[in-house]
Amino acid sequence: MANHAQRNLLHAYLDDELDLVRSMELEDHLAECGDCANEIASYRALREGVQAADLRQQPSAEFRSNLLRELRRQDQPQPTAVVHRRIPRWSWAAVAALLLLASAALVLDISQRSERRLATEIVADHVRSLMATHLMDVATSDQHTVKPWFTGKLDFSPQVRDLSADGFELAGGRLEYLDGHSAAAIVYQRRKHVINLFTWPTSGADEEPRAMAHQGFNLVEWKQAGMYYCAISDLNRQELTELASLLRK
Amino acid sequence: MDSSADSGEKIHRFEALVLPHLDSAYNLARWMTRNTSDAEDVAQEAMMRAFRFFDTFRGEDARVWLLTIVRNTYLTWVRRQMPQQNSAEFDERLHSDIESALTPESELLRQATTEQVRHAIENLPAEFREVILMRELEQLSYKEIAAVTRSPLGTVMSRISRGRSMLRQLIAREKRKMEVRQHG
Repeated sequence: MANHAQRNLLHAYLDDELDLVRSMELEDHLAECGDCANEIASYRALREGVQAADLRQQPSAEFRSNLLRELRRQDQPQPTAVVHRRIPRWSWAAVAALLLLASAALVLDISQRSERRLATEIVADHVRSLMATHLMDVATSDQHTVKPWFTGKLDFSPQVRDLSADGFELAGGRLEYLDGHSAAAIVYQRRKHVINLFTWPTSGADEEPRAMAHQGFNLVEWKQAGMYYCAISDLNRQELTELASLLRK
Repeated sequence: MDSSADSGEKIHRFEALVLPHLDSAYNLARWMTRNTSDAEDVAQEAMMRAFRFFDTFRGEDARVWLLTIVRNTYLTWVRRQMPQQNSAEFDERLHSDIESALTPESELLRQATTEQVRHAIENLPAEFREVILMRELEQLSYKEIAAVTRSPLGTVMSRISRGRSMLRQLIAREKRKMEVRQHG
């Protein structure tokens, strides 16, 4: 059985995903190795079988027209969220901000780019956690179990609070690695929507919650008492912001 | 700026760029949820989400962008449906004897009925079903599948490889069941 082509490579070859050199190497191998040639033939047959089965299905005309109607209805102008637009209260502050703006533009651009990268990382992690097997390392609604669980596993002690009285049920916690450091992920549920709250120590002053949307999810992030927090969910922005203000109390 | 004109433009752009991929979105939802009415729910929710977040669309491939949203919507939907239930694990030891007996029977695979193929695909674990569909139905490249599933290329490659091997076993099992029934 020695020297058989790697399975993954056989499939990549079948899918035209190999570069020229490697695909020529593989063809040489196939010419000599009956087993691998049989494998390829078998998978070609499988593909033909799958394609012949005609898996594509049309959404019904009714579904399509309902959808269009809903989209047009959604298209009506909606009240914009107020959370992330904080206008300076004093005009001199605005003037000062404007003066600073020019010099800060470059820094801003860099920080925005790294912000988007972080948001992407957080979304990826959230999605991963929704896959059945990895939502919680410790699953309990008892904050007195979750908090000690983190101790000893992290070099900081995250705040863990049960907010079920306010409709945010504590579901558990797990360890994560985000943005280059260890993070605590505290899991809440609200009406079966999963909320991941990521937190880790940070430097710098406190920051008010800021809501944003990224790749179809809502995120709210803030800094408080030397900790960075980011809550993410498919829950609507208002309720996620509500969770943030409960946690900041 | 006049906001109604603004939004009118948004829906026109959406209809031109994203709506043509409704079939792809629906099919991914259909094969992931495994039935029509749930597929309509997931596809509808995904389209509404896509529209709501259309401002974040950066002009990349609209189909890849939309399928990413469909997949995310599906994952949140699954969790809402069955909060505690894990997906059935595919036991490879259980099926390995069939696999070794099967290899040369290309004809068998080619002759699989539509019903057998569909049934086998529906029985693939979700993480393999999605890559197989994106590849065989949407003809996405490995790179595009990696983008939709937000996983490294190597993971995509090994999922496709394992997914097809499972699919082959499942179809063989269906065929064998039928043979036993016919002869018995």
